[in-house]
Amino acid sequence: MTDKVAGIIRKHGGDPSQMVAILQDIQSEYNYLPRAALDKLSRKMDMPLSQVYSMATFFRAFSLEERGKHIVSVCLGTACHVRGADLILESLERQLHVKRGQTTPDRGFTLESVNCMGCCATGPVVKIGEEFFGQMTNDKVEPMLNKFKE
Amino acid sequence: MKMPGKLKTAKALAALHKKLAQELDTGKCRISVCNGTACRPYGSNPVAEAFRSEIEKRNMADQVDFKITGCHGFCERGPIAIIEPGNLFYQRIKPSDVPEILEKTVRRKETIQALLFKQGASTPAVERQNEIPFYRNQQRIVLGNNTRIDPTSIEDYIAIGGYAALSRALFELQPEQVIGMVKESGLRGRGGGGFPTGTKWETCRKAHGDIKYVIVNADEGDPGAYANEGLLTGNPHSVLEGLLIGAFAIGSNQGYIYVRNEYPLALKNITLAIEQAEKFGLIGKNILGSGFDFSVRVNRGGGAFVCGESTALMASLEGKPGEPRAKYIHTVERGLWDRPSCLNNVETWANIPLIVNNGAAWFSKIGAPGNSGTKIFSLTGKVNNTGLVEVPMGIRLRDIIFDIGGGIRGGRKFKAVQTGGPSGGCLPEKLLDSPVDFDTLTKAGSMMGSGGMIVMDEGNCMVDVARYFLTFLEEESCGKCVPCREGVKRMRQILTDITEGKGRESDLELLSQLSSHLQDSALCALGSSAPNPVLTTIQYFRDEYEAHIKHKKCPAGVCKSLIKFAVVDDKCPGCGLCVKPCPTQAITFIGKKKPVALDQSKCIKCRTCYDICKMGAVSIE
Repeated sequence: MTDKVAGIIRKHGGDPSQMVAILQDIQSEYNYLPRAALDKLSRKMDMPLSQVYSMATFFRAFSLEERGKHIVSVCLGTACHVRGADLILESLERQLHVKRGQTTPDRGFTLESVNCMGCCATGPVVKIGEEFFGQMTNDKVEPMLNKFKE
Repeated sequence: MKMPGKLKTAKALAALHKKLAQELDTGKCRISVCNGTACRPYGSNPVAEAFRSEIEKRNMADQVDFKITGCHGFCERGPIAIIEPGNLFYQRIKPSDVPEILEKTVRRKETIQALLFKQGASTPAVERQNEIPFYRNQQRIVLGNNTRIDPTSIEDYIAIGGYAALSRALFELQPEQVIGMVKESGLRGRGGGGFPTGTKWETCRKAHGDIKYVIVNADEGDPGAYANEGLLTGNPHSVLEGLLIGAFAIGSNQGYIYVRNEYPLALKNITLAIEQAEKFGLIGKNILGSGFDFSVRVNRGGGAFVCGESTALMASLEGKPGEPRAKYIHTVERGLWDRPSCLNNVETWANIPLIVNNGAAWFSKIGAPGNSGTKIFSLTGKVNNTGLVEVPMGIRLRDIIFDIGGGIRGGRKFKAVQTGGPSGGCLPEKLLDSPVDFDTLTKAGSMMGSGGMIVMDEGNCMVDVARYFLTFLEEESCGKCVPCREGVKRMRQILTDITEGKGRESDLELLSQLSSHLQDSALCALGSSAPNPVLTTIQYFRDEYEAHIKHKKCPAGVCKSLIKFAVVDDKCPGCGLCVKPCPTQAITFIGKKKPVALDQSKCIKCRTCYDICKMGAVSIE
């Protein structure tokens, strides 16, 4: 782990103004921000761990907990909301047996919400990994999830 | 294509433009397929792939010039292709349609009727893109080029005259003249505030300091707006060119582009555009031999709405949490790293090349007095034609929603239009004839914002919408100032109570009081404009609040605590289609031609049966 974190810091020239980018790279490496990586980052950048923690918790994009293999993002932007995005989220919560922000026990799925993915015309929108699903309805939820279940 | 290498003079750029423009004019059939972010959920990737492979399979590369482009705007009908010459518009294309398009339309010049646009079953099909009401009523000066270029190709942008404005600014104009043009054009900031762009530039130019920064705000956090996404993804070089011109005018050699985390495609395309511009010598040292140096860096946001606020964005660029600061000293004087910084929205920057190319007088004639130019809106929600629309300012809301948007879906009744996102408000039918400009929207209690326009029908509850925005703002409040951190939370709690039937008659008064405190005392615009969704809904839809508070009813049938689903016995044919999808087995099949039975104690009001039943046999009480 230490080598990878050191590599990421090097890539950004050890520049403290690149903290968001550094954290993003660490997250894409591990799928979340492991404590050990943040410790390492704090030492290498000579920045108090509390400050690293403050960055990691301020921005929504970061997770301090290990996430699932598939990230299910439900868009709760306004355009999706007025077309019933809440009901889609609830349906996903029922079928995955987790609440928003949680990961299934088998680490298959993490259920998250986002506030707009920039394809509002096709709402309600759900994104799993890199794949978009538009004009979602409750009855489309199960077949959509099945595509990603092993 | 062979890389031409660095362009060292204005002449070299002009020569390259001439050459590329001639190459465009081959007489070949040109197909441009939209692969914008909004077309992807509809499967535009497989369609684009099908075109590529079928053209190769049929050896048609010499007959067809095929392009994958950014957003064409008419997202509702995606995936979309425009075929030239002829301006033929095909919509809702499936990969299986592609062979037919190549055989019939390209080879035999026949039109495929089934792929043409029709507003309704009984209306005639429209062949040409510019005859479709959705496009005909727009004025697409900024967004229009999206259909003509591959956003990953700088050659495409140069072929249609790209970077000519930069060249003109560098060699024919003084920085002060550029600022003068922008001032004279009347361009106002497209991020929502509407501050005169030229004045901002002038203040920044005059500010003390050797090092100045120019910044593109592409942190379009307003949920329900994606105009910046469409522009940055579909035509990134137009934003870069505007930024370069601005940097030259202000006297800055370093730019930043702050892109929202949720926009991966925009990030990819702008990063690529910068690399290409560097290779062509349009970014870097001594640009086109003018002596002007400029470099630019892309920063990715971390998913915080407040970072769209200028001081918060700059804090984030410095590697700190994105908390805003009080603006006793403006960022044009002391912004990023305490140096003069000029921040503008994506759309503002993209307007600059147009002004330099066509002149301030041309620009100021578009739109309305005091509100010149066009504005891009994301028209979404319950309208028939959703998508990105660009209209001259001063157009009526009604023209956008009914002429361009084609009216309300399913023949339902219009209730409200929300503009300005969480800082804006909901406007009722009686204001539909108001002109859309910065000042009128603000006067009505809403604002222009970054261009979200969400249409709601009688099935949307206005109290729920207000609660939705306050929930959003509560989550996104950075917590630095007390009025916002606590005030927004309390307002959200009161609104939640009202939607749950626990509202009190004194609540509306309390909401108004909290609102005025927030407006007066919040540190940044996130907090001070947070009351807008609440105040406008109370002002224009007070009866709905009263129905929730006094009668414990939700007239729109949205607020779960106040509604009940029921089977309408004489409409239910007993088909049983709703039985299996019910997640709680609350519906029991009794027998054919007998109405199903709904157990209220098991019903979780998920609306699945209501959406499934085509007979209207499920009612909301």
